[in-house]
Formats: sequence, C-alpha cells, structure tokens
Amino acid sequence: MIPDQLKNSLLSRVAEAVTPREAAVDVMKELQLHYGWLTDEAVGEAAHILGLSTLQVEELATFYELIYRRPVGRQVIHVCDSISCWCADCDGIIDHLKVRLGVELGGTSADGMFTLLPVCCMGMCGDSPAMSVNGTPYGRLTPELVDQILELEGTKLR
Amino acid sequence: MELLLFKHNRPNRPVTFAEYRDEGGFQALRKALSGMSPGDVQQTVMDSGLRGRGGAGFPTGKKWSFVPRDLPGPRWLICNCDEMEPGTYKDRALLEQNPYSLIEGMTLACYALGVRHAFIFIRKGYEKAARNLSQAIAEAKEAGLLGERICGSEFSADIDLHLSAGRYICGEETALINALEGKRPNPRSKPPFPAVKGLWNGPTVVNNVETLANIPAIIAKGAGWFKGLALNPEGAGTKLFCVSGAVANRACFELPIGTPLGEIIDGPCGGMRGAKKFKACIPGGASTQFLTAEHLQVPMDFDTVAKAGSRLGSGGIVVFEEGQCLVAATLNLITFFARESCGWCTPCREGLPFVKEILQRIEAGRGEERDLGLLREHIKYLSYSFCALAPGAMAPLEGLLTHFEDEVREHIVKGGCPFKGQGGNEISW
Repeated sequence: MIPDQLKNSLLSRVAEAVTPREAAVDVMKELQLHYGWLTDEAVGEAAHILGLSTLQVEELATFYELIYRRPVGRQVIHVCDSISCWCADCDGIIDHLKVRLGVELGGTSADGMFTLLPVCCMGMCGDSPAMSVNGTPYGRLTPELVDQILELEGTKLR
Repeated sequence: MELLLFKHNRPNRPVTFAEYRDEGGFQALRKALSGMSPGDVQQTVMDSGLRGRGGAGFPTGKKWSFVPRDLPGPRWLICNCDEMEPGTYKDRALLEQNPYSLIEGMTLACYALGVRHAFIFIRKGYEKAARNLSQAIAEAKEAGLLGERICGSEFSADIDLHLSAGRYICGEETALINALEGKRPNPRSKPPFPAVKGLWNGPTVVNNVETLANIPAIIAKGAGWFKGLALNPEGAGTKLFCVSGAVANRACFELPIGTPLGEIIDGPCGGMRGAKKFKACIPGGASTQFLTAEHLQVPMDFDTVAKAGSRLGSGGIVVFEEGQCLVAATLNLITFFARESCGWCTPCREGLPFVKEILQRIEAGRGEERDLGLLREHIKYLSYSFCALAPGAMAPLEGLLTHFEDEVREHIVKGGCPFKGQGGNEISW
C-alpha cells in the first residue's frame, strides 16, 4: 500500500496528462522511489492509477533501464561501457568496482548498499570514464576516485 | 568566427534569462510575431539550408512542409533530447549552458507549424538540462514569451517536459512518439510518417535540440547570414562537435559546418593525447563508419562526409589512436547495439548478438577466414530490419571491413589480438 499523499499526487499527475498513460513513466518512477524497486504490488498500483492492465504496465516496466523489476541495493551504480568510456579504459574501472563491491555486473553488494549495472552512453563522453550513483553523475574516474565516491555515497545513507 | 549556439555561454554557469534577453534573445520571436506570417518563418528556415542536427541531416524546412496545413485537430511538436548515441553529448553541453535558445526556437517552430502544445523528450541522466529547461519555461511564461497570447499577439503555445527512463531506441522518432504516449517504445511502421499521423495520431514534427536552437538566429539574422557561416559553399550554419577518445582536449565545440576533420583534432582538441598518431575515428556517433588518416581533409558537412563513405551523424567524434584495436572497438559498438535492440524485429534482435559472437571469436583468436564472409552477409541481412537501429549498427562494422580488413585478418591468422584487447561487458542476470 502506498500512502494517500503519494497516491493523490500520482492521481493529480495523471489528471494533468493529455491521456492517462502519458504519465506512465512518471508514475512508475515515483512508485519505484517509494518501494526501492518496482515491486509486483507497485505494478498493480500503477495499473490501477493509470487505468491500464498489469500486463500493459509490465511491458513498459521491462523496457526501461531505470525501472527495476527486481530488488536492488539502496544505491544503484550505473557504469558506462559505451565506446568513449571504453577508450578511457572503463573495463579497468568496472573491474575495480567488481572487486571493491564483491559482485559481478548485475549483482548487489552483501551489505545491500550498492547494485552494479552496466549502462549505455550517459552523454559524459567528454569526461569519460563515467558512472552515476543513484543519478548523480561522476566523470574522469580513476580507481582512487571510485573509492572516494563509494565512501561518500555510502556515508550519505548512514 | 561567429558563434550562434554557444554565443551566450558563460564560464562555469548557465546564462541567465536577463543576460540572454539583453544579448538579443527573444528578438527573433518578437520579430516573427510582429511582422512575419507562419509561412514566412517556415520559408526562412527552408531557405537557410538548416539540416537536422540529430543525425539524419534531413532538411528542417522540408520536414516542416510535410505537415498538412488543412487537417483538423491538434498538431504537435516534439523536441528530441533523447541523446543516447554513444559519443554524443552536444545537446547536454548546449542545454546545461543555455536552455533559452531551445525554448525560443521551439516557440518559433510552434508558430510556424500551428502547434499549440509542444513536448521536450529528455533522456534519463540529463536532470541538470531538465532543471534548466523547467526554469527557462517558467521565466519565458512570466515574461509573456510563452503560454497564452505571446507578446500580446493572438498566438499561444505551451511546452512540457517528458523525462524518460532510459532506452536508446526512444531516440528513433516513432519509438519516441510511442514512449511519449506511454506505450512500449517499439518503433512504428512508416508510412504513415509522423508529419501526417504521429503523436495521438495528429500531425507531428520531431526535431533535435540543436536543430531547434538554431531557429532564433536564423529568423533574427536571415537565411543568407546562416548559410554564410559555413566554410564550404554547399553548407549552412555551424555545428556542435563533441569529441571524445584519444585527443588531448575532450570537449564540445561550436565550429562552422565544413571545418575539416583534421583541423578539429589539431585545433580545439589540441591534437592527439600523449602525442600518439591518429588511427581512425567515428565522425558522428556510434552508428557511423570509421574515417581514417586519409580523410583528415574531409570538410565536416553532411554531403562531404557521406562522399567519404560515412555520415556526419550527430557530430559526436570518437577518436582512436595507433595501437588501439578496432576489432575490439567495433565489438564494443556492436555490444551496445545488441543490448539496446528493442527486440521488435528478428534481423535486429537475432542478428546483432550473432555478429557480436563472431567479433568476440575473432578478437579472442578463434576466428576463421569464413567469418569475414559471414560478417559481410550480415551487413546485408540486417538492412532488412524494421527501423534504422540495425543498419546503423552495421555502419562501423562495414567501416572496419572496408578500411581495416588487414587488421581483422591479422587476428585470424595470428590466432589472437595483435593489440592489447578490450571488449564488451556481459551482464550476469
């Protein structure tokens, strides 16, 4: 169950839209923010709010990089592996992240803090290699800088 | 040289509304609303020779002219800010510095096209650009430059933001329209083209950020002035070139259309990093063919780059140095496309992973001579796909086989990568 306040704000977002489902991505994002990931319950709630079937929400939810249909850590790291970052040795950065977090790509660290996902071009090519942590972009990464960022982002939640 | 898109930029912060206005901003809108018909605006854009800056390079005025004038019901303008083509970050660079040119350009486009309600479709990760745009929209409304009865005229227009959740295919204009409608963003079949039947089945124009941001200067200073900005006789305007890879200074530059490739690298980019030798580049994002050292004199304009066998594309130049393995680079590019394929049609969904496997095999030293033929066949087969994603994906592969076949063969003959290899990453779930 979502709080009434959230539900009402989502309903008013839908009411503002040209057609209800135009607001679908916004609704999924807000529900995900509430639950941490887009749970089955959230899919049902989104369907109800948007006037869609759960299947129609599901086919949207599974399409987007930023919508998670399985549990993720409290912070999601998206590390870019597209061509400009590859030129700047993103593979080294990814290896460093894997070792530091003790996970493979797609995995969540044992403390539940970080999920590591590869992502396509972030538009940070001039500052490659790049990653984002819960949406905050970081560029010109080095292994040392990655360590500092993990420390900083970890403390934010403590 | 004369700047147009980066003219109002400030070091380290976005330009403010007052600064943009005091430097001649919104004069084009006032000029159009006080003395030009919508047809005049459209004709000026047509005469300017402006071509779409998102990648395809279609003449903007011509695209606008496809919208039927007499269809009843609403018509729509969508600004495509789903900048996810690897190597491309020009729209981000523009909007993080100055959101106002886009807002003014979109308002002018609404006027020219008879659009009441426009959208900006923004990719995930561009929250800073989105914040700037939100603020710019509010300021423009406050100043009577957007919303009801703009500048006291009969003309009204609104702009809304749509913040996407990340998927490359959303940049394809019909997929983008589905995304905006809240449908699964697979591409639609064309025809009907969006100009006739697009968003909510209404006539729809989809233009790139940079394209629309050019409109105010074109209206303010005229089509002839805009054409004159280019270095080559057939070109028009300036272009944002965003450079990454093996150059000393990786940044986004506004330069005249027609600036030779080598001058961009040796000039604003400060040459190659570590004084290495230039090997190749993709000139306009991931879906363009490699250009090599023999192409450094090529003027960077749509037709001239096409004549050299590639595409100007988005202006996202990714530079490779001697010693970098282009089989591995192409494998990285194909891995991207395979992951981003929306899965809608078979050639793209099945073909891209297959091509990726062949390249992985070659890079790992398990390639065979017949793989070269297989790759060539797939360049042909993937052209039968539903939209432009798969043919775009084949562009770097075709460039690899055209210019670096010896390098591919060397991998096969030596049974391994002659360079220190790097490849795509596998997701484990």
